[in-house]
Amino acid sequence: MPKNPILEIENLSATIADKPILNGISLSILPGQIHAIMGPNGAGKSTLAKILAGDPAYDITSGTVRLEGKEILELDPEERAHLGLFMSFQYPVEVAGVSNRQFLQLALNANRKAQKLEPLDDASFNKLLREKMKMMDVRDEFSERSVNEGFSGGEKKRNEILQMAVLDPKVSILDETDSGLDIDAMRIVAKGVTTLMTPEKGLLLITHYQRLLDYIKPDFVHVMIDGKIVLSGGAELALKLEEKGYDWITPEVGATP
Amino acid sequence: MAADLTDTTDLAEAKGQDYSRGDYKYGFVTDIETESFPKGLNEEIVRALSKKKNEPDWMLDFRLKAFNKWKEMKEPRWANLRYGPIDYQNITYYSAPKHKPLLNKLSDAEPELLKTFERLGIPVDEQKRLVNVAVDVVFDSVSLGTTFQSKLKEAGVILCSISEAIQTYPDLVKKYMASVVPIHDNFFAALNSAVFTDGSFVYIPKGVRCPMELSTYFRINDKESGQFERTLIIAEDDSHVSYLEGCTAPAFDNNQLHAAVVELVAHNRAEIKYSTIQNWYAGNPKTGEGGVYNFVTKRGLCAGESSKISWTQVEAGAAITWKYPGCILKGDNSVGEFYSVALTNGFMQADTGTKMVHIGKNTTSTIVSKGIAAEQSHNTYRGLVKIVGKAEGARNYTQCDSMLVGDRCSANTFPYIENHNASSQLEHEASTSKLNEEQLFYFRSRGISFEDAVNLIVNGFCKKVLDELPFEFAQEAKNLLTLKLEHSVG
Repeated sequence: MPKNPILEIENLSATIADKPILNGISLSILPGQIHAIMGPNGAGKSTLAKILAGDPAYDITSGTVRLEGKEILELDPEERAHLGLFMSFQYPVEVAGVSNRQFLQLALNANRKAQKLEPLDDASFNKLLREKMKMMDVRDEFSERSVNEGFSGGEKKRNEILQMAVLDPKVSILDETDSGLDIDAMRIVAKGVTTLMTPEKGLLLITHYQRLLDYIKPDFVHVMIDGKIVLSGGAELALKLEEKGYDWITPEVGATP
Repeated sequence: MAADLTDTTDLAEAKGQDYSRGDYKYGFVTDIETESFPKGLNEEIVRALSKKKNEPDWMLDFRLKAFNKWKEMKEPRWANLRYGPIDYQNITYYSAPKHKPLLNKLSDAEPELLKTFERLGIPVDEQKRLVNVAVDVVFDSVSLGTTFQSKLKEAGVILCSISEAIQTYPDLVKKYMASVVPIHDNFFAALNSAVFTDGSFVYIPKGVRCPMELSTYFRINDKESGQFERTLIIAEDDSHVSYLEGCTAPAFDNNQLHAAVVELVAHNRAEIKYSTIQNWYAGNPKTGEGGVYNFVTKRGLCAGESSKISWTQVEAGAAITWKYPGCILKGDNSVGEFYSVALTNGFMQADTGTKMVHIGKNTTSTIVSKGIAAEQSHNTYRGLVKIVGKAEGARNYTQCDSMLVGDRCSANTFPYIENHNASSQLEHEASTSKLNEEQLFYFRSRGISFEDAVNLIVNGFCKKVLDELPFEFAQEAKNLLTLKLEHSVG
């Protein structure tokens, strides 16, 4: 029996302050698949991630996005999260005075509530958090520190994947999670992501470099330029991009600059 | 009080009605028989007040002296506040429930009052109440009595109304009243000194650690009476006390005047922690009509060496707040602290901060102020750090942060520093930010609702201050901030 896509983007266009930024994106992710979107700076990769997560800063001009068949563009960011969507931020935000633990417990229990599950009490949550922190190789003090406050770039990214591990989403979008990570941290993050990626889930990696894809092998690679997907291929496409850059694509696919 | 006070039907109408004054759940009126003086202020009223309270001559003289000073003084208008003229002749200076509970037992109060306590969440029944908090209730002009008298007595701690203290402990009152806030200190302090009706008196003897939190609940019930409370706390050598006050008032369409004076004295190595959760009615959030005018003088004297006075305030109500709790750091090595959250929304205006005066050697002060302005409100921090010439080695750390919610409000910071000693160290940090859209999106993208995200961020912003509140009241303060902001955001 053919599987239904877990995430389906159809002809998605968007503007910010009347400036077009996405121009008809279509993409379909089946359960168990890992897709990567690559492209030069300013191509609209991060915008796509934020729009999928529900950032109210953008205006959607056309298209639909379905998560497990359910249309999500009209939903609030928190409602999308409740359905199992997760986005790892390129630049995670610092929030003073709110501990990681407090934040994550509230987030997890909000999601559980939406799924009509009992909230996790402090003891069960602490157990879960400790386990996931071990997996992400972060120090104990991590949970008591204010959300991302004073974290190094790498710590912030690790914290994003820790959140992903605790929330255990169905579809994860990782926006430039590799930037700011050294090789060791990258291995840990990649291992975490791979462990979490089970056959019923979907994963969308947004990255500038091929580096991360050495650790998390994608099934498909899409090249995004000027708010459009101009070329799609297998994992080998990433290697070609690494070698040749993006300049060669424009004439080959006929996309106008 | 500029509003029309002729319509007496309002009181009756207010009963049992929602009154559509936003979500202020304390905005109800208790229907009880009261005894009130006619409106207006003159020498006769001051004399009558003193007589009513059966006061000794020295107290009457104190009041008359203050009244005469007050007549010569002008209402201060330097604060960043805008309001119409206050008609001091249109205020009732004494209003009290006719039937006071007997035997000074709050739980014996008449049923209407007991119902009121319940709605306000005041634990008057010692069996049912919060563990370890003794409560005094001041209703309009008078104290209604204090819980836990016997347990306090055992420890030698005195917690009683100031009226009772004047009768029972005249020497202490004579010695300390106006010793920190002189009667001519300012216009509102002089007014209070002339007409104060009640308040709390706390005395902690040498070496005693007060066995429980002390608290006073101030309630304005009468539409036309002002509340002039006077609180005096004395901590002898090596003693320790934590005191908390809470304030609410009904939602009337006119303004009520609240002009309090609080004086604290800490002797050698004594420590006083004074916390306030102020939730006076703030006026109609849509029109700005009504609300309490809150003009308060609070000052602590660190008289002894290594003494410490710590002010923590959550100012979340009142149409106008004018309040600068300060510390005079006279004893060597004494410590002054001021932790403040001021939240304004609707048409509220707050001009609040602190004064730290360093006199002794190696004195230190810490100021942490968090202002949150929403809707069309105005929120001002005003603070003075003064270091006199002989205050060797004085240190101050000041942190002033403002958060704006929406784009129709304003936040201002006026830090004054007067330094006369080169050996001192002063640090000042300040920031202003808008309730951050990115933070909100971040939290929401993890599944946290908009309201919860706002609460988390705002409570995080105020954490340094909320952490200073006694445990029993920290949650109450958080809930108050949440409730206040719920309709201001989004």
